[in-house]
Amino acid sequence: MSVSRRRVGSGTRSGDDGVVAKALPPVIVGALFFGGWEAFVDWQQVREFILPKPSEIWKQLFDNFGLVRSASVVTGTNALVGLILGTILGALLAATANRYRAFGELLNPLTITIAAIPAVVIVSVLNNMYSVTTQTGRRVMVTLAVFFIVFVQVARGLRQNHPTQLELMRSYAASPREILRKVRIPNAVGYLFTGIRTAAPIAVIIALVSEYFGGTQDGLGQRIASNFSLSKTAFAFAYVVGGSIVGLLFFAGSNLLEFVAVPWRRRRYSR
Amino acid sequence: MSAVEVAGVSKVFNLGTTDQVDALVDIDLTVERGEFVSLIGPSGCGKSTLLRLIADLIEPTSGAVLMNAKPAHQARLDQDYGMAFQQSGLFEWRNVQKNIELPLELKGWDKAKRRARSLEMLELVKLGQFAKHMPWQLSGGMQQRVAIARSLAANPPLLLMDEPFGALDEMTREHMQTELLRIRQETGTTIIFVTHSIPEAVYLSDRVVVMSPRPGRITAVVEVVLGSDRTEDTREDEKFYDRITEVREALRGAEMGSAALGIEDR
Repeated sequence: MSVSRRRVGSGTRSGDDGVVAKALPPVIVGALFFGGWEAFVDWQQVREFILPKPSEIWKQLFDNFGLVRSASVVTGTNALVGLILGTILGALLAATANRYRAFGELLNPLTITIAAIPAVVIVSVLNNMYSVTTQTGRRVMVTLAVFFIVFVQVARGLRQNHPTQLELMRSYAASPREILRKVRIPNAVGYLFTGIRTAAPIAVIIALVSEYFGGTQDGLGQRIASNFSLSKTAFAFAYVVGGSIVGLLFFAGSNLLEFVAVPWRRRRYSR
Repeated sequence: MSAVEVAGVSKVFNLGTTDQVDALVDIDLTVERGEFVSLIGPSGCGKSTLLRLIADLIEPTSGAVLMNAKPAHQARLDQDYGMAFQQSGLFEWRNVQKNIELPLELKGWDKAKRRARSLEMLELVKLGQFAKHMPWQLSGGMQQRVAIARSLAANPPLLLMDEPFGALDEMTREHMQTELLRIRQETGTTIIFVTHSIPEAVYLSDRVVVMSPRPGRITAVVEVVLGSDRTEDTREDEKFYDRITEVREALRGAEMGSAALGIEDR
C-alpha cells in the first residue's frame, strides 16, 4: 500500500508561518556553528594562518569582493558549460544507445571505463592536449563527469518502465513507436532532470578541483590553492565561500529546473 | 456466442529447462455476455496467468482463447477489452483526464470526442472535479477508480481485472466493490475478476471459478445466485454466508494435503 495517503486538499498548510518555522532550525544551527567557531579560535588562540575566525573571513570577502566574484564567475562558467554539454551529450548518446543496440553495447563499457579513470589523470592529459591558457581542458573534464551521470539516468529512464504501464500499452495493442513516444520518452525526461540535479553540484566540484592541475590562474580552485600555500588562509577561505555560493546556486537552480520542467515529480516537495 | 471461450488451454513456463513450471493445465472456461466471473485460488494457482492468456498478453502453450468468436490476438489488436491491475498503472506525467484519454488516443479518436468521453467516464467513477489533478495528488482508491474509468473509456464489451482492489484498505475496498457493481449495471460490461478474497469474489460474481496450484487447474465452479441488485446489506445476508462457505470448502477440497496458502478469509 504505497500511495494511499490522502493528499487532496492538504496543500494549504504551508503558509507564511510555515516558512518561518521551517527556516528557524537551520538558522539557529548556523548561528551556533559560526559563533562556536569564533569563540573556539579566540579561546584557544589559534593562529590565523591555521584557522581564521569567521569574522576575519567575512572581512576578507568584503574587502576583496570583486576578486572573489570574478574567480567565481570563471569557475562557475566552466561548470555551467560542462554541465550543459555533458547533459546534451549524455541524453543524445543514451537515446542512440537505446535505439541501436550494437552501439549501446559498444558504449556501455566505454562509459564505465571513463567513469573509473581518476579525474586527476584526465585533467593533466587534457591540459597537455589543449593550451594551458584556455579553460577547454577543465570544461571537457566537467563535461565527461556530467555526461556519465546523465547517460546512466536517461538510459535507465528509457528502459525501466513500470511493468503495469507496459502491460497496459500491450493491451492497447500499441506499436513500439507509440510506446516510445507515450511511455519511454516521458519517463526518460523525468530521469533526465534527476540526472541534471545530481550532476549540477558535482560539475562545480569537478570544475574547482580540475584547476589544481595547472592551467590559468583565474579560477576559484587556483586561488584557494595558492592563498593556502602563501598562508593567506583567511583570504583562501573567502574564495571557499565563493565556491560554496556557486555550488548552492547550481543546487538551487537544478532543483528549480526539475520542479518546473517535470511537475509530476513534485511529490518529493509536497511535504 | 460467448464473450470468452477458453478451450483446452495449457501454459508451461521455461519449457524444457530444469525450472519448467506447469502454470496451467487443460483449462476450459466459458464466460457468457454480461456475466461477472471471479477467478479465485491461492498464490501460484495460475489465476493471473489465465487472465493474461485471455488478454493475449502472453500466449498459451496449447489450446485456444476466443473472444466473441474472435481469436484473442485479434481481439487485443481491436482493443475489444479493457484491463485494470493491482497497481493502477497511471502515467504520472499525465493528468487524470489525459490518463483516461490514452487508450482513445491510441484508437485514433479526435480531441473533442476524447475529451467528452473522458469527462463522462470521470462522472461514472464520481471523480468529476479531479480531471486536472495529477495522479500523485490522489489517494490509492481514487487512483484505482481512474484506472477503472480508463479501462472502460473505449467502451469495451469485456473488462479484465487482476486484483484491482488488492492494495486498498478494507473500507475503501468494500466501497469500490459496490461502485464496480453499479458501473457494471450501468454499462452492461462482462467482467472477469481475479482475487484471493472469498467474500469479494462472492459479493461481486455470478460465478466463482475455484483454482488450485501445481499444476494450475480449475477444481470447482460455484454459482452465486444472489440476484443482480446487491447492496451493502447483501453482505449480511444468510445466502451470502452460505456461498462463502461453499467457496471455502471448494478451496479446501482443492487444497487437500497442502494448506490453502494466500487465501484471505475475510
